[in-house]
Amino acid sequence: MTVVSVERDFEELTLVLVAEFAAPVERVWQLWADPRQLERWWGPPSHPSTVEEHDLSPGGSVTYSMTGPEGEISRGWWRVTAVDPPRSLEFTDGFADASGAPNQAMPTTDARVRLAEHDGVTRMELRFKFASAKRMKQLEEWGAFEIFPQSVAQMDAVLADDNPTQEDP
Amino acid sequence: MVVADGEVDRLFHALADTTRRDILHRCIDGEPSVSRLADGYAMSFAAVQKHVATLERAGLVTKRRRGRETLVRTDAETIRRARAVLDELEAAWRGRVDRMAALLAEMPESPDG
Repeated sequence: MTVVSVERDFEELTLVLVAEFAAPVERVWQLWADPRQLERWWGPPSHPSTVEEHDLSPGGSVTYSMTGPEGEISRGWWRVTAVDPPRSLEFTDGFADASGAPNQAMPTTDARVRLAEHDGVTRMELRFKFASAKRMKQLEEWGAFEIFPQSVAQMDAVLADDNPTQEDP
Repeated sequence: MVVADGEVDRLFHALADTTRRDILHRCIDGEPSVSRLADGYAMSFAAVQKHVATLERAGLVTKRRRGRETLVRTDAETIRRARAVLDELEAAWRGRVDRMAALLAEMPESPDG
């Protein structure tokens, strides 16, 4: 199993995914650091991707385009916020318009990659935090997400039940 | 506030109040009437009705009439949307991790060292 765990935190609106690879940490780092390798795993097979800019230094950018089955092109970007090869990389991932300029109307995701090697196996922890930081901060200040963990747990119970809740007993 | 984000702003505004969050909880698994909801709060029926209207505008609850009562229910779809966002992200990254593993198997040595 490559993916060993996935944890969701609705309160923080984060997703943490841990994977293990039978490869040294430097080799796994190359998947991120070499644009030719990056473009081979970034997009799904139906959407081959091309990495254009690729500067993994703090403040640096990565830009890419993906071509869909109908020939439609979508573009995206990363803004690198912190980097410590071959152990960690942090960046903001966003959408771009047709010219490659960041699309401000679309949400961004903050991503953090941590790599650690033990006995020839590299553990990769990916942590994603959703939405623009400003929006998330507002939500947290207002305590808006207090509702989500409970609501989601309750919704799961309700949705798991095939019979809809009795409307008129 | 950006005007184009109207929907998001309504959602945030609706969630920014303790009473409204409490109403959401109470309307998840049941479908209380506005008057029954109002019994639970130290405020007027009209004030509770106003909170319900705010939640309805944000798409967080739906209302329906039964006889003389208005029944309130939390909209599963809105809660589901919060999950869907995480679902999509997880699916995308599971695919990426699989492709990384395939690439490592195909190229055990990186051409760049």
